[in-house]
Amino acid sequence: MPNPALRVLTDFRQWGTTLPVWSGRLCKEYWLLAAENIHAQGGRLLALWGEDRRTEEPGYLVHAAFLAETGIVHTEMIVDPAAASCPSLAAIFPGALRMERALYDLLGIRVGNGDTRPWLRHAAWPADQFPLRTDFCAENLVTTGDGDYAFVSAASPDAHEIPVGPIHAGIIEPGHFRFQVLGEEILHLEERFGYTHKGVERLLQGLDVDAGARLAGRISGDSTVAYAWSYAQAVEQIAAMQVPERAQWLRALCLERERLANHLGDIGALGNDAGLAFALTQFQALKEDMLRENQRYIGHRYLMDRVLPGGVGFDLTAVSVAALRSAGQALGTAVGRLQEILAEHGGLRDRVVRLGTISPERAAHLGLMGVAGRASGQPWDQRIQFPQPPYDQIQVRMTTATEGDVAARMAVRFLEIFESLRLQEEILRKLPGGNVRQPPDLRDAEGEGVGWVEGWRGEVFFWLRLEQGHIRRCHPQDPSWTLWPALEEAVLRDIVADFPLINKSFNLSYSGHDL
Amino acid sequence: MYRMLRELLRLGRVGETPPRTERDPSSASPLVFRHSLGIRHVDAGSCNGCELELNALGGPHYGLEQAGFHFAASPRHADVLTVTGPVTRHMVAALQDCHNATPEPRRVIAVGDCACGGGAFRGSYAVMGGVAEVLPVDLQIPGCPPDPDALLRGLLQVSGERING
Repeated sequence: MPNPALRVLTDFRQWGTTLPVWSGRLCKEYWLLAAENIHAQGGRLLALWGEDRRTEEPGYLVHAAFLAETGIVHTEMIVDPAAASCPSLAAIFPGALRMERALYDLLGIRVGNGDTRPWLRHAAWPADQFPLRTDFCAENLVTTGDGDYAFVSAASPDAHEIPVGPIHAGIIEPGHFRFQVLGEEILHLEERFGYTHKGVERLLQGLDVDAGARLAGRISGDSTVAYAWSYAQAVEQIAAMQVPERAQWLRALCLERERLANHLGDIGALGNDAGLAFALTQFQALKEDMLRENQRYIGHRYLMDRVLPGGVGFDLTAVSVAALRSAGQALGTAVGRLQEILAEHGGLRDRVVRLGTISPERAAHLGLMGVAGRASGQPWDQRIQFPQPPYDQIQVRMTTATEGDVAARMAVRFLEIFESLRLQEEILRKLPGGNVRQPPDLRDAEGEGVGWVEGWRGEVFFWLRLEQGHIRRCHPQDPSWTLWPALEEAVLRDIVADFPLINKSFNLSYSGHDL
Repeated sequence: MYRMLRELLRLGRVGETPPRTERDPSSASPLVFRHSLGIRHVDAGSCNGCELELNALGGPHYGLEQAGFHFAASPRHADVLTVTGPVTRHMVAALQDCHNATPEPRRVIAVGDCACGGGAFRGSYAVMGGVAEVLPVDLQIPGCPPDPDALLRGLLQVSGERING
């Protein structure tokens, strides 16, 4: 429940979900007060988005979701369509800045944060058109490049500038990095994203719940389970339905296997970026074995379309359970041996220790969570603090480090691999029987729902409004929104040649961010 | 070092034999592509799923380099562009630049359902709806995402090979 000072500002109502969510409508004067209060209590900003409600209400609706000590506090505020502006949260929560710039690009609500440069919009649609308005016209759009973005530039003639991207040298997603460099040393890094903007939020509007589930699982392909599960949570809340117990456990199995596969891949790639091809080969082999088990026993290498509204789209036989358990034990042994080798490898340690550091103080200021947050001493893990079934029955152990460098982010990944393997073993051992899916009856489903899942990168948040069983508006929020600005800080005073390592140690999403 | 060697031996040889192929007499691919392809990958707005599989293709299970193929860091060193994603409007200019920077003879492969026709994102204001809307496409590899085996078979085909079995 929100604290008393917050309850003075408006009436908060608790949502009908097992997640601890309270919601309240604020007047414009209280928008900042509420955020300041939450910040003063140690809360974080989870998500910020807007909605065109001009046909139902006297204007646009701006939403913000915060994480306070007792759960999620969701606030909303009516914005007058004539002014189409609202106060900025960026001075309180730095992560709000880019979300507010995106709010203007997509819905045309100007937020007074002093940065009027577009964020998600390049030149694909005119500056006076806003895709999330109901009257947006998607015709005669162009494809010209985005050559005139005003990057911050260095005044000194000694500094030079390195533009990188949007296409990168490796097999990774597109984005632009602009370095200001003095010799080898990075003085400043500025990110420019939006290249993979696919108009997901508008595309989801009008879809039925099943089509929405398919698309939700493709917002960020490496986190398909986290997205599909958080979307399903929101749908199930609106439909006021219970998910079969076995399905909840199988969802957690998928989520932990997604975490395992990504962490294995990341540790191998980090080794490779430091010139240790041995690590890449070994971890790629372990990951490939896992992906094949996913295909064989669960039905998809990356577990796409496995989590569905109402349950899961697969079941495990006793033979599959036994096979996954024995594969999990073998994986744990193999990773343990590799961890020892990597921990004692001088060449690797030289590259990753005290590199790309984010101190716990800066991490707290930036509101970091997930792997990067926990590696900088921020003990946030939804599975532990606000456990949803089945995590309330299989206590997850928090894994943190305080150094905040690339080595710490690697170490946290190793610890999470062992923890996820332990969880997988518990899940498979205790897996309850019964149905795996209860398809929701959504013919007349109306209302708002939220989903919130601890994905492998950090928490994935989903807000959804259904009308007559179809999506009226929704907003997915990737943890990368909050984590990307930390990369700009982490690289300072390090050298350009170390950027790939630092970047990989965060391994943030472009697609999940660009929407 | 001893322990690394022990792990290498323990892992052993996981590489699988690539599909048996022979030169396809009807292929229009240049002879110079045979057992030698430089691949430049461009993500034109994918969800990152296809990138996971392209990375997996480079792993020890698949005989990418045994087939004579390698991923190149620059289009200047490439014979083939693999393109994923529904081609977002924001990536069109960069994709065309990359294509122009690839020396001829060159081939373009659309990788994944999105690149083949927009996939899950077809109809959005922000996407073109497939690589063919922007570049001449020589081969489409469908799938969401296509697995490494499908990718390898596609690359072999573009290199002028015919797969026997």
